[in-house]
Amino acid sequence: MNILKQRRMFMIAFSAITILSITRTFTDNSDLTSADTISQALGFAVPIGLAGLAGIWSERAGVVNIGLEGMMVLGTFGAGWAGWQWGAWAGVLAGVLFGALGGLLLAVAAITFGVDQIIAGTAVNLLAVGLTKFLAIVLFTNAPGGGQAQSPPIKGSIPNITVEAIANPLITLHDKGIFFISDVAGLVAGLFYQLSLLSVITFGLFAGTSYILWKTRFGLRLRSAGENPWAADSLGVNVVKYKYLAVTFSGLLAGLGGAYLSIASTIYRNGNTAGRGFIGLATMIFGNWRPGGTGAGAIMFGYIDTLRLIDTGNKNVRGLILLGALVLFVIGAYLMRTGKRSTGTAFAILGSVMIGAFLAAKNFPPEVAQVAPYITTLLVLATASQNLRPPAADGVPFRKGEGH
Amino acid sequence: MNLRRLGTSLIAPLLGVGISIAVTSVILIAIHAQPLAVFSSMIKYGASAHAMTLILNLATTYFLSALAVAIGFKMNLFNIGVNGQYTLGAMVGGAVAGSLHLPTILSVPITIAVAMIVGAGWAGIAAWLKVARGVSEVISTIMLNFIATAIISYTIVRTSVGHETSLNVRGTAMIPESGMLRGIPLLDPKTEIYGFFFISIAIGILYWFVLNRTRFGYDLRATGHSATAARTSGIDAKRMTVITMLISGALAGLVGLPYLLGDAGSYNLNFPTDWGFTGIAIALLGRNNPIGIAVGALLWAFLDVASGQLILEGVPREITTIMQGVIVIVVVMSYEIVRRNQVKSEQKNVARALEKQEVSA
Repeated sequence: MNILKQRRMFMIAFSAITILSITRTFTDNSDLTSADTISQALGFAVPIGLAGLAGIWSERAGVVNIGLEGMMVLGTFGAGWAGWQWGAWAGVLAGVLFGALGGLLLAVAAITFGVDQIIAGTAVNLLAVGLTKFLAIVLFTNAPGGGQAQSPPIKGSIPNITVEAIANPLITLHDKGIFFISDVAGLVAGLFYQLSLLSVITFGLFAGTSYILWKTRFGLRLRSAGENPWAADSLGVNVVKYKYLAVTFSGLLAGLGGAYLSIASTIYRNGNTAGRGFIGLATMIFGNWRPGGTGAGAIMFGYIDTLRLIDTGNKNVRGLILLGALVLFVIGAYLMRTGKRSTGTAFAILGSVMIGAFLAAKNFPPEVAQVAPYITTLLVLATASQNLRPPAADGVPFRKGEGH
Repeated sequence: MNLRRLGTSLIAPLLGVGISIAVTSVILIAIHAQPLAVFSSMIKYGASAHAMTLILNLATTYFLSALAVAIGFKMNLFNIGVNGQYTLGAMVGGAVAGSLHLPTILSVPITIAVAMIVGAGWAGIAAWLKVARGVSEVISTIMLNFIATAIISYTIVRTSVGHETSLNVRGTAMIPESGMLRGIPLLDPKTEIYGFFFISIAIGILYWFVLNRTRFGYDLRATGHSATAARTSGIDAKRMTVITMLISGALAGLVGLPYLLGDAGSYNLNFPTDWGFTGIAIALLGRNNPIGIAVGALLWAFLDVASGQLILEGVPREITTIMQGVIVIVVVMSYEIVRRNQVKSEQKNVARALEKQEVSA
């Protein structure tokens, strides 16, 4: 089983790099696999991934968390407010605390009061935005360098790590432009090049979550609260306690994601999250409520975002279209082989249309890259939602003593 | 009994307003402002004819948005996509209205129809994904909102649909006066109450009638209560999902029109884009009931309009956003408590009645 899984992972990685490499060669665009791009993509992926991870914690315990966006907003604010006065690490701490408070609010409304979870989450979002806008005006307007909608600059920063011994030779290798080999070099170099310490922490949180939720007794109990809380309760698990812990920790992670955003842009700004909490939710769903898939989804979002933002010669979007088309062909072929004829054909047709567009036009508007992650999410959900399995009691209010 | 029900359903909103006033007062005192002075200045301004007109106009928008959300709620569908549906509807509607040079009696209905069709179409994608592919509408509508934003910015910034408008911001072509639906200066001689105010009252009545007095409305509410029970009684739940989502989208398509046709005259890049979330909050306050929603919309609009006055008191206007957030949280919590108490007291009544029977038998 494990060997099969490893082989599949290897095949996926191998095909992904091959596709990237083909696209890079065809479009003559070394940016697609450069260390710089990968490093930035990881940076963009961090807040989205943290939001997705936050979603996993909450929903694995059976609480749908639409309030992630609000908790992230609280995190951005906490980081701006404390970071401006006491430095970046204090900002991280405050962001995490503020996010956890948002999580606690959702927990009180959804668990203790049994309010519909989606409604409670929406209310948290509303309140978080109102509160932070208000506090920004009160606290930042007269502060030196601050304004009505933004904090003064955050003092200091979180260090970036570059392992030159690994990164430099790989970057040289990447610049040689050899098919496949240079691309692997670029991708690996990106992992050791200007990597924020917070990215490393995030990676640790993903690994830690995998371990805690799936390999420990604590995790089993927490997940049992999301699968069948009544059975867990009858076995003596304190379901309410686990749900509270999970949702508060979820807020904490979302807050960390928010703090990362503020620190990366050196200030708190109204609306800096730009819906990343919701995007995190999407990555969680197509990651099938598991850390691995969620992380991969976040990296995809981050990668596409990066290509759009560093697009100087207007060629990255065109590269992305070819990339998307090739991915569609590969998945289409896989689907056809596994007997899903009609879906496979649909993928192939869509891929052909994109190839057509790629050949026909030299310039594409950046909006194409802007919508790509969302359309990808919809495509994944539309084709794979039968294979996705949310926790069985996700979104169902639990009342001790009220059986189901 | 009916009076008692009315009483219990009023508890939650009153509690919400009360607690939010208390919370706001604490915050105001913390920033060295006088709560009483702030509230009285808001009320005094809100009672002026000018402000009342603005409140009615804004409430019209909120009312439509909340109805769009509420009809979904009635069937346990959560349409978070009202934002995308109404902005797309208003943009396409605005572009069409801007290119038409017809008498008002033709132009306005065409604009309304276009906006409704676009809204319904955009919601239809989510409906199809739900019934054909099993995708939760919560996620698909969130994604569709992001996609709508990109489509709008592309269309207005990069295609010939967008023009430089008089306000130095790109938007659809200015709608000729004949294509506008202006209002009547009923309360204040200088400000008009939107024509859409009256249309939305009619829509509210229609909404109530369809939900409570037709077979369709019965099916819809039945499916919302229990999809399995509805299916066994012969209701096609998938069909109901699609129709409800389309109606919700069509209503959402109207949300931008009161402002577009009554005031703005062009869909530009400064057009407000988050009235859909306001609609969710107001649908919750109003418990999906048209009268409740109307009251909620008026309250919300009052807070928004009167907040403009706060700058004179030296208080940031965002304090009202906090009030709104607190109101929503407290109200949904107290609805839940009230509901539980009702269930408990019903159970007690039944138990008592059964006891009596046993004694007499």
